[in-house]
Amino acid sequence: MLNQFAFIGCFLLVALTFGIAPPALAWLFRPKKPNPRKSQIYECGMQTHGETWVQFKAQYYTFAIAFVLFDVEAVFLLPWALAYNALALYAVIEAVIFIAILLVGLFYLWRKRALEWM
Amino acid sequence: MTLEQILFLLFAAITLGAALMVVLRRNVFHAALFMILSFFGVAGLYVLLEAPFLAAVQLIIYIGGIAILIVFAIMLTRDLMNPNIPGAIDQWKWAAPVALLLCAMLIWMALGWGRATPAAPVPDNSLHLLGRTLVDAEGLALPFEVASVLLLVALIGAVTVARER
Repeated sequence: MLNQFAFIGCFLLVALTFGIAPPALAWLFRPKKPNPRKSQIYECGMQTHGETWVQFKAQYYTFAIAFVLFDVEAVFLLPWALAYNALALYAVIEAVIFIAILLVGLFYLWRKRALEWM
Repeated sequence: MTLEQILFLLFAAITLGAALMVVLRRNVFHAALFMILSFFGVAGLYVLLEAPFLAAVQLIIYIGGIAILIVFAIMLTRDLMNPNIPGAIDQWKWAAPVALLLCAMLIWMALGWGRATPAAPVPDNSLHLLGRTLVDAEGLALPFEVASVLLLVALIGAVTVARER
């Protein structure tokens, strides 16, 4: 089993190298002559206005919670989906009920306008 | 030392080191990022224990969900990044004895554990087996459906709490 994970380990190493190598190389070769104008914080070429650590609206928390809950739903459904071919019809109906109950939650979010981006 | 032992030491070091940084960092946002690293170390330990599904769940739920939730909570909190507000609160006097007690209990348990027993071999199609048991009427069918109701309650509760102004 660990041999199969060796591939994931290779991917992990390549991904880490891919992310770390360019900044590391740039850090190694770049001329280091900072001045106040160069060190300015900018966003898409524009200067930022005010504080960068601002408080977000509490409504965004609903998105995070909804994401976590449907994440958990996915974890429950993954083993079920893998065993799908070996299951009887009632097992499929059970999973449909499971999804339906959570769909009620999604519709509730929708109706309460919690999905609108403010 | 085998490769497995080296990997175990590596992941254990990542988990414990990152956990230590979570406690030691003054910046609570950095603490949250180190917590993600700690979760990742635990996922690695699950892989070494031959529990790939648990490792995937650790990545999907803990790193993908819970950690994001905590980062959101940090960004939603007023003045959390204000350096003028002291990070430590007076409750540390209560927290310290509780933490010490917990530590003593864990050490006591670890000492009483005795020798490790060899685990039963993991079936090759454990995930397949789990999927069948989850919807089996004599297995976990009822908890499976109750879990969806629990998730629904959490969703509605979150909306109710977050919409209050």
